[in-house]
Amino acid sequence: MPQGIELGGIDYVILVIYFLFVLGIGWALRRQTKTSEDFFLSGRSIPAWIAGLAFLSANLGAQEMIGMAASGAKYGIATSHFYWVGAIPAMVFVGVFMMPFYYGSRARSVPEYLKLRFDEKTRGFNAISFAIMTVFSSGISMYALAKLLHLLLGWDFNVSLWVSAAIVLAYIYLGGLTSAIYNEVLQFFLIVLGFAPLVFLGLENVGGWSGLVAKLEGVATAGGYAPGAWSHSWATMGSPAANPMGVEWFGMVMGLGFVLSFGYWCTDFLVVQRAMAANSMAAARRTPLIAAVPKMLFPFLIIVPGMIAIALTHAGAGFSLPKMADGSWDYTMVIPQMLAHYFPPGVLGLGLTALMASFMSGMAGNVTAFNTVWTYDIYQSYIKKDATDAHLLWVGRMTTVFGILASVGTAYLATQFNNIMDFLQLVFAFVNAPLFATFLLGMFWKRATGHGAFLGLVLGTLAAAAHHGLTLPAGAPVGIKGGWLAAPPMHAYSSEMAQNFWTAIWAWSVCFAATIAISLVTRRTKTDDDLRGLVYALTPRPKEEHLPWWKTPEGMGAMVLALAVLLNVIFW
Amino acid sequence: MGLDIRLPIGLMFGIFGLLLAGYGLATSGSDLYQRSLGHNINLTWGLVLLAFGGVMLWLSRKGGK
Repeated sequence: MPQGIELGGIDYVILVIYFLFVLGIGWALRRQTKTSEDFFLSGRSIPAWIAGLAFLSANLGAQEMIGMAASGAKYGIATSHFYWVGAIPAMVFVGVFMMPFYYGSRARSVPEYLKLRFDEKTRGFNAISFAIMTVFSSGISMYALAKLLHLLLGWDFNVSLWVSAAIVLAYIYLGGLTSAIYNEVLQFFLIVLGFAPLVFLGLENVGGWSGLVAKLEGVATAGGYAPGAWSHSWATMGSPAANPMGVEWFGMVMGLGFVLSFGYWCTDFLVVQRAMAANSMAAARRTPLIAAVPKMLFPFLIIVPGMIAIALTHAGAGFSLPKMADGSWDYTMVIPQMLAHYFPPGVLGLGLTALMASFMSGMAGNVTAFNTVWTYDIYQSYIKKDATDAHLLWVGRMTTVFGILASVGTAYLATQFNNIMDFLQLVFAFVNAPLFATFLLGMFWKRATGHGAFLGLVLGTLAAAAHHGLTLPAGAPVGIKGGWLAAPPMHAYSSEMAQNFWTAIWAWSVCFAATIAISLVTRRTKTDDDLRGLVYALTPRPKEEHLPWWKTPEGMGAMVLALAVLLNVIFW
Repeated sequence: MGLDIRLPIGLMFGIFGLLLAGYGLATSGSDLYQRSLGHNINLTWGLVLLAFGGVMLWLSRKGGK
């Protein structure tokens, strides 16, 4: 059992002030939300730095904070691959190369881009799977928050769930996407400033960076790895057996760095929506580039605490992670346990508020993406085609209410049927894995057709399922982890992560090849004129030639990439 | 856009800073700080938050002329 946290009066005061500010921002914005575009896209009025921080914060949900800290303890600094390989290049790519089409086409959502570029069925497939997925992610996020509050503070699960849902509902209902984005910026600063003292105190406790590295050698050798396995990100990537992740560099770079990362950062409407809300093409292109800079530094805020936690736990030096029922360390408790251990009342309230902020920003990101896709891509496209704008605005608000209620329902479902959640997440992973192939071909090859895109996506999804069914991670039982199509499985991976990366690689490759093959044998239904602004070769480059090179998106992207390479080299 | 987001950010962190620094002064030397390795983390970090809030407020005034 984790150590409980006793909150003092000052901690409650901080928490309440935060809630008041969050609601106050929604209240202040209520009058500016007059049209559906105000509600769903902030009237395309957001400056680049705000959109950039929101772009980052929307992704900074529960999975990110808790999961990446846990991975820091489990795998060490190699977890940074999820940032320096698995995020930064894709963020630069979406800003420099893809944003001209997303923003320039005036599409109001990612599925709508697919409709403009390909056809109705491709849009429908993407819109419906995305809408269901966001409701479930938001529900799982709420479930995790309420469970954590119950565990740490003894708060009632139901009250925690409904109160956090009501707050998110209130501020999105009032101010739409602008309200969500503004709160995401507030949450971003809160998360950084709330967790930073944890890193300082933890590092001091462990004896600085050198003390941390020395103690991690003990962790590594006890696990049967080379001494540097926890403090080097690449040195042990030569073979899956040499590192605790159980992956080799090729699967990691291609599966995580290319397929999964580009699939998420470049096509997931949850993040892309923030850039679409920017006030100009120039701002939209800079949104992911601005986000990339803090993203690059997050490993120090999120992964390092995990490394400190496992180092101290292993050394028996005061701090210890709690154990689970089966006797293994409960890695998901890294952040809550460190908050309880190091923070006295006062900063404790700040840290806890930051934790709640991260849950709420993840939840709000899902809800705003859901209400937009539902209203524009499902309601307006299939249910009521001639809806007036005022009607759409009303539908958007109702959808927000419905989406939050559905998320709460999902959260309760998660308390009863954890297996269903695992199963659904697996299905979503199959649907998402091939997506980037469709976008890449759609944006850079004008010959790609609607039939090609749709069937490519379907086949890619099936390929992901088939690969999962034919393989199994070492030591896992047949079933939700794989192996359900062939006994014995055709291939055994050394870890679940390796299997995931390779599932993505297969799905992407099948979708890519199938889209090309089917496009070549089907007729184009869109003329060059139809595709202007949607495909690279038919779109004039956005010019910003009055700027010095380092202020252009290309120059900024190059600098961001250079910094990411530098970090990889330093922590090699 | 009507609302400059730097204003609420500045205000919120300013208030947090005052609260933490004030609480840190009031509890100075207390056993509470054994947890934070002997540092009066409330006072130090409260001042950091106060400075951050101040910068945000200053930027919002400068930007919103």
